[in-house]
Amino acid sequence: MKQSNIVRITADIMFPFIMIFGAYVVLHGHLTPGGGFQGGAVMASGVVLLLIAHCDKDIKTLIPTQILKNVETFGLLLFGLSALAAVILGSGFFTNWLVNTGLLFGTPVEYGPNPGYLNTGGVIPVMNIAVGLEVLAALSVIAVIMFRSTEPDCGGEEQ
Amino acid sequence: MTGMDLFANLPGLLLAVPLIFAFATPLIGRYLPRARDGWVLLGMVLTTVIGLLIASAVFTGGTVAYTFGVPDPSVTVPPDSGGIPVRIIFNIDAMSAFMVVIAVVTGLCVMLYSLSAASRSSGKDGYYTLFLLLVAGVLGMVCTGDLFNFFVFLEIASLAGAALVAFRVDKGIAIEAGLKYAMLSTIGGLFFLLGVALLFGQYNTLNIAFLAERMGTTGLTTPDAVALVLFVTALAMKCGAVPMHFWAPDAYAMAPAAVTAFLVVSSQASLYALFRICFSLYGQTLNTVLLGWFIIILGLLSMFIGVTMAILQKDVKRLMAYHAVSQTGYMLLGVGVGLAVLSSPLLLSNFGMMAMEGGIFHIMNHAFYKGLLFLTAGVIFYRCGTRNLNDLGGLGHSMKWTMLFFIIGALAIAGIPPFNGFASKLMIYESVFSFNPLLSIIAMVVSILTLASFVKVFHSIFMGPKRPEFADVTEAPLPMLFGMGVLSILVILFGIFPEQVVEVMVAPAASALADQAGYIGSVMGGA
Repeated sequence: MKQSNIVRITADIMFPFIMIFGAYVVLHGHLTPGGGFQGGAVMASGVVLLLIAHCDKDIKTLIPTQILKNVETFGLLLFGLSALAAVILGSGFFTNWLVNTGLLFGTPVEYGPNPGYLNTGGVIPVMNIAVGLEVLAALSVIAVIMFRSTEPDCGGEEQ
Repeated sequence: MTGMDLFANLPGLLLAVPLIFAFATPLIGRYLPRARDGWVLLGMVLTTVIGLLIASAVFTGGTVAYTFGVPDPSVTVPPDSGGIPVRIIFNIDAMSAFMVVIAVVTGLCVMLYSLSAASRSSGKDGYYTLFLLLVAGVLGMVCTGDLFNFFVFLEIASLAGAALVAFRVDKGIAIEAGLKYAMLSTIGGLFFLLGVALLFGQYNTLNIAFLAERMGTTGLTTPDAVALVLFVTALAMKCGAVPMHFWAPDAYAMAPAAVTAFLVVSSQASLYALFRICFSLYGQTLNTVLLGWFIIILGLLSMFIGVTMAILQKDVKRLMAYHAVSQTGYMLLGVGVGLAVLSSPLLLSNFGMMAMEGGIFHIMNHAFYKGLLFLTAGVIFYRCGTRNLNDLGGLGHSMKWTMLFFIIGALAIAGIPPFNGFASKLMIYESVFSFNPLLSIIAMVVSILTLASFVKVFHSIFMGPKRPEFADVTEAPLPMLFGMGVLSILVILFGIFPEQVVEVMVAPAASALADQAGYIGSVMGGA
């Protein structure tokens, strides 16, 4: 079943904005409400929107499942290894070894209120990004698999 | 990084190694499929080595407390926190170390066995990833000193376990069993979470040791009692005690045999948590006689109903699953007696400690012989394609080693010397007899019924003339035999030298469980 032009074009226009908003929530996880899981779920909802709008096309070409699975593994490994790196650097598991180092996400912050600097937080934003990638990829793969089982009428209602 | 640092970080690595190996398995399986088996085996071997190192450190040097996320993990209470342990802490005392030993040894044997058992199935990446996650979840459950953290690991182990139960789809029957397991685990998990919330609302902390200390000063409040009920219900369900045992036969029977052998350990991690909460969290705050009797009655019900249901079964794995329920009853009985006399030092030293040692020793023995039995059942299914006792027969002609391993496991579960089941059951009989002779007699009757049931199974699987439909059945592949062999050797060794095992591991575990002040002191310092 083919969705109407309105649905398809709106979905195409919305998709990049949804992804950017999701990425914003992930990246600002250490400053504002939200974080890796919430942002990843927002991004995955963009993928689900694409699936619904273009369900008459071949899903495999629309959404590269294999790449998503690799992204999922990458996210999990990034999370685990950034926690393990602390042990290799000589402190406890999960220690925030990047904070206040001047490196990535390592700008030292003065005590007291501030407008919220993005380049702070140490491994917390790194782990947010890892979780965001993992959740985006995993939820998208789940949605694709559930969609596949409803082919060929893609579960939509008759118009 | 020095060797000293690495050694101090072993509890963190115990969690990190299986997790990272699990996460990397899908990538390795996709791009280097030939390296996958070696990779997962390496992960399990490393985990085993780390686990055994931690255990030996705990048994020789006392409790190890490990704080996550600080430069020096041995500092449990930050100096600027006003004496409150704010971080997640792994508090590994002798009881935890004992459970770690069980988990890593069984896990390694199961992994060896899986290498050939899963060789014919598809989706091996997922299988090994989930298995390593299950191992990590169980290790986390038995090590953590934080109630919410325990809930997280409980969920990890439950979800990985449920997915593994459903791994072999089997026309949807396994999916149903997996779904049932997932659903009941979630209900149990939510009960547990509600209990945690009740405690957190009152004491503003999640650390078990700190909660125990604060509860000791305020006394038992009504919300504490409600939380206790929620904890005991959730964990008794997760460890498969009657009357909340109904998920166990389905899940154990439908999972691949290797998974079942480890699911037993996962259930025992819940059993451990039940004991940990009764002793270390509530302990002296509570009327332990009442709670002790409650656990004894759960144990009696599990023992008796488990074994009587087992006798009727025709599916060999379902039968063994009911026996697993029944054997859990022995552990509940032994430790329950210890709990009932906890407040009386005289009775505790007369027979209470011995009952607890028997119950705790039985956890380890059960993990080994029941693991062994499930693995033999898996071999039989692998070679013959059926688990129905009425269809099997005459396998003794072609599967001599499997038969030998089955005999060892069956005699151990029935409590026949010189196998390990005898050692722990004798400790339970003797000590429980001084508490209440009737309980001991029931336990012995259950053992006899167990023996009867396994004689039937042995006869219908291995005895009789060679059947034409199994004419081409051969002995199990070498990795499977090796996995079973290691477990059999442990079963025999622990049966011949029970005294050494009790002295080195079981007695410290039992006294660690009974010593609430020691548990609190290891985190809070002083005491």
